[in-house]
Amino acid sequence: MQRLRRTMMFVPGNNPGMMADAHIYGPDSIMLDLEDSVTMAEKDAARLLVHNALKTIDYGNTEMVVRINPLSTPYGKKDVEAVVKAGVHVIRMPKTETAEEVVELEQEIIKVETELGCVGRTQIMAAIESTLGALNAYAIATASKRMMGIALGAEDYCANLKAQRTTGDSPFFGMELQMARQCIVTAARAAGIDALDTVFSNLNDMDTFRREVEMIKAMGFDGKSIINPRQIEVVNEIFAPKEKEIEKAKTILAAIKEAEKRGSGVIAVNGKMVDRPVVIRAQRTIDLAIASGIMTKEDLA
Amino acid sequence: MEIKTAMAGTLESGDIFIQIAPNDNAGLHIDLDSTVAYQFGDQIKKVITETLQGLGIDQAEVKATDKGALDCTIRARVTAAAVRATGKDVWAD
Repeated sequence: MQRLRRTMMFVPGNNPGMMADAHIYGPDSIMLDLEDSVTMAEKDAARLLVHNALKTIDYGNTEMVVRINPLSTPYGKKDVEAVVKAGVHVIRMPKTETAEEVVELEQEIIKVETELGCVGRTQIMAAIESTLGALNAYAIATASKRMMGIALGAEDYCANLKAQRTTGDSPFFGMELQMARQCIVTAARAAGIDALDTVFSNLNDMDTFRREVEMIKAMGFDGKSIINPRQIEVVNEIFAPKEKEIEKAKTILAAIKEAEKRGSGVIAVNGKMVDRPVVIRAQRTIDLAIASGIMTKEDLA
Repeated sequence: MEIKTAMAGTLESGDIFIQIAPNDNAGLHIDLDSTVAYQFGDQIKKVITETLQGLGIDQAEVKATDKGALDCTIRARVTAAAVRATGKDVWAD
């Protein structure tokens, strides 16, 4: 089953207390941040903290991601060395604008992996935080075989777009991000990788958060970047398939299994044609239901 | 190894604040203040000592204020303080 990435929780890389506890809340991925949440004076200390935490703390099945500083800064290359040596699953590139930047990061990763004898271990994801990045989304998404996803970073994107972030009470809510979101999700799907939405930072407005998660799910995103454990339950609930969807998916998968036995690829379920795309969606529904704890693999039998 | 006074870490819960200073006397002298000193004091001092020795520092005055840090946090903070004290980084680039 493909890994679920409904929630990617941001944790400041210089806060050991939060780093030690983050996985207890059950996010699908944890993103330890060496970039914006760490002051320049603490970059060295945060890098060491993240390196040691990754090597020591048992994060279970949680996917471990580290957001590094851009390679154009004095910190980027050291960040790559520190986190690859610690066995990080994914390096998240901030402010990615071109495919060349992904290739440059891959070269840095290869240098460290070659030294360790583990070439190909580390995956890459890119945060798209500018209009140029959004327009280059497909090139970025396909720049390396290591790419596992692309994500939107809304604040920098809006600053670059010269637009203000809209709030939940605006009739134009979310309009400023519409184009970027569609670029990202379409590019990710075309490249066969995951699409993650930006953070929602107002923890006191859970209603608007819920609306935003419903919207990005409808748009096709795999999940959302989050900043607080309180947001996990809402995202998981919205992404969890409903009972009716699960029953339909189970019927489709059972019918296609039967059809395959007979050597046929197309069948009808309740009078509707079922072909490959429908089966893929049904499988995704079941995967989500199992991951959400609504059903078990045994229920499929 | 020649060192200057340096510090790393914070006094927040789950962290440890490390101050390293030159010591005229031989060896490492560790002054530990910890809420869990009774249970883990020896272990904390052991991690500090091993980390410093691993970085080639065997003569220094260390003041550690612990707020319940894990071993990996102690290693990270001691290394950060040591790198700042010696000016010698642990990463290649």
